Amino acid sequence: MKLHAISLRRIWAVFIKEFIQMRRDRLTFGMMVGIPLLQLTLFGFAINSDPKHLPTAILSADHGPFARTLIAAMRSSQYFHFTGVAPTEEEADTLLKNGEVQFVLHIPEDFSRKLLRGERPDLLVEADATDPAATGPALSALAQLMDGALRRDLHGPLAYLSPKPGPVQLVLHRRYNEEGITQYNIVPGLMGVVLTMTMVVITSLAITRESERGTMENLLSTPARPSEVMIGKILPYIAVGYIQAGLILLAAHFLFHVPMLGSLVLLMTLILVFITANLALGITFSTVAQNQLQAMQMSFFFFLPSILLSGFMFPFRGMPEWAQWIGEVLPLTHFLRMVRGILLKSNGMAEVWPNVWPILVFILVVMLVGIKRFRRTLD
Amino acid sequence: MKRDELVIDVEGVTKRFGTRTVVQGINMQVRRGEIYGFLGPNGSGKTTFLRMLCGLLRPDGGHGHCLGFDILTEAAAIKERVGYMTQRFSYYADLSLEENLDFVARIFGVPKRREAVQQSLEKLGLGGRRKQLAGQLSGGWKQRLALAASLIHSPQLLLLDEPTAGVDPKARRDFWSELHQLAADGMTVLITTHYMDEAERCHRLAYISYGKLLASGTVEDVVRQAGFETWEVTGPELNDLMPKLQAAAAIEQVVPFGRAMHVSGKDSAGLQAAIAPFQVDPYRWRPVPSSLEDAFIGLMGSSEDNFA
Repeated sequence: MKLHAISLRRIWAVFIKEFIQMRRDRLTFGMMVGIPLLQLTLFGFAINSDPKHLPTAILSADHGPFARTLIAAMRSSQYFHFTGVAPTEEEADTLLKNGEVQFVLHIPEDFSRKLLRGERPDLLVEADATDPAATGPALSALAQLMDGALRRDLHGPLAYLSPKPGPVQLVLHRRYNEEGITQYNIVPGLMGVVLTMTMVVITSLAITRESERGTMENLLSTPARPSEVMIGKILPYIAVGYIQAGLILLAAHFLFHVPMLGSLVLLMTLILVFITANLALGITFSTVAQNQLQAMQMSFFFFLPSILLSGFMFPFRGMPEWAQWIGEVLPLTHFLRMVRGILLKSNGMAEVWPNVWPILVFILVVMLVGIKRFRRTLD
Repeated sequence: MKRDELVIDVEGVTKRFGTRTVVQGINMQVRRGEIYGFLGPNGSGKTTFLRMLCGLLRPDGGHGHCLGFDILTEAAAIKERVGYMTQRFSYYADLSLEENLDFVARIFGVPKRREAVQQSLEKLGLGGRRKQLAGQLSGGWKQRLALAASLIHSPQLLLLDEPTAGVDPKARRDFWSELHQLAADGMTVLITTHYMDEAERCHRLAYISYGKLLASGTVEDVVRQAGFETWEVTGPELNDLMPKLQAAAAIEQVVPFGRAMHVSGKDSAGLQAAIAPFQVDPYRWRPVPSSLEDAFIGLMGSSEDNFA
């Protein structure tokens, strides 16, 4: 077959057609704008990896001053919200079992007396640890506040009971997100999640729809070449991807006050790389899928590991090595590192490059498979 | 291109899907300005053959030219000059008539696109419905739109794949007048159909079954090639007569036609011997010329026998 240059005119024709169809399909268009907003509200406002005000019951057999000091310290840490007093062990147990409280604080008899005698009395905190993420931050805060709280009460003649400073002065410096604000991590990451979800689904559907409705046969009987059809169909969705990214960045800035330290130009350029990776995958899915339902299923098959193994939901380094390897293949993993790096750590091209090339490799491999499959489906 | 020049001239065209041969060594020659009918049972390879002509599929064997371009190596040039109307409506249901035509015109790079689209809308009487979405049209209007779209780039060859399936008789008649007008202006039309009346409106025909070309030529040629002698019988209770006639070896087919029955066979002497016992009152017999339908049903039956 004689090769002739790709025709811009025909790409433009497909682009216009696709654009009209997109605009006319109100529901899908609404979804494309609605999904980022919905996810922003859900993840941005609802997810908090540092939960506070957890319901706590007290089972106290000692009402001395030290017990009161401890309770006051726990309350002011904001992690514990005292909901009531459990009169007996059994009732405390029931509260924990029913999930009415997250913690039960046991203050034993003679707590104050034993403390004054230097007998190191037990102070028991029972936690409902079915969800480690819910109890973790509160429990680690508890260990620290205990020492600090007592130090103030144990002065004068009691000073000898005061906890001694350790041999090492530990200095913690939480860089890039001093207050540990979850949104700083979640909201930029959401951009990657939303783009993965909509870009893959929409391209795979847009192309499968043509073959399902028989319009592809018609299109290919015209001089339009497969590559022109592909490019023309993809371009409008790149624009949609940028609208989504823009919406989330605006929300990140005005709603969640996420710092934007790095170059936005660099970020916008790398977003194009990421969008391309997802579009390429969508096209490749569409060459495998027989109908729109299958295309949808395949997209979700890809979306789930993306969201779970990329480090969006759970810490990447917390996963076993094999899971990390799967994660390293996914474009979202690298995009998350890039976007968080640029916004929070003011990373430049040199710092993010180790996360750019894996996406480029992904694009290359997926495109090769897609083109090979597409050629075959024609004949 | 001059009139009488061969627009389609192919030899031995073959297409296989896996181990199945769908089109088997078809030769075809179609002259400019001709309406060429392409007939055959469902699944006989008609659509596959059309797809090969317009460059959608690459033949596995054979060679030839379409509009003077090589069907194997110059598919791109052929696509520019061919209008193809698919069996299934394949324009965009969510675009209006005007947008659909405009899209096709852009793809083909039609000069003075807007004017061409307006003219096309008016010529086909679609002007009043230009803003209507194609998906909301009735079958007849969809077919008009598809025809208008496949004509917008003024092709030299029109390939129509069962264009009148599901279209009412009046719309069909209008459609055929339009085709004859186009052919008179020098366009070549290759059309597949199942309707006998449409077949008879073609200048020439080809009959294909199981991928093989069984007969071709004018209506008379095809009937002659089928080689049938046909007798018509009228009388009461023809249904009782039917199984008795079918039992005779020389009688190849018995087809009821309203209140008459057509009895045909290739062996003239055998046929007459076989019907002789039934040439009694109240049955009335007379020899009739075989119709195209007789010929086709005969061809269909004989090709199935070959495969069995």
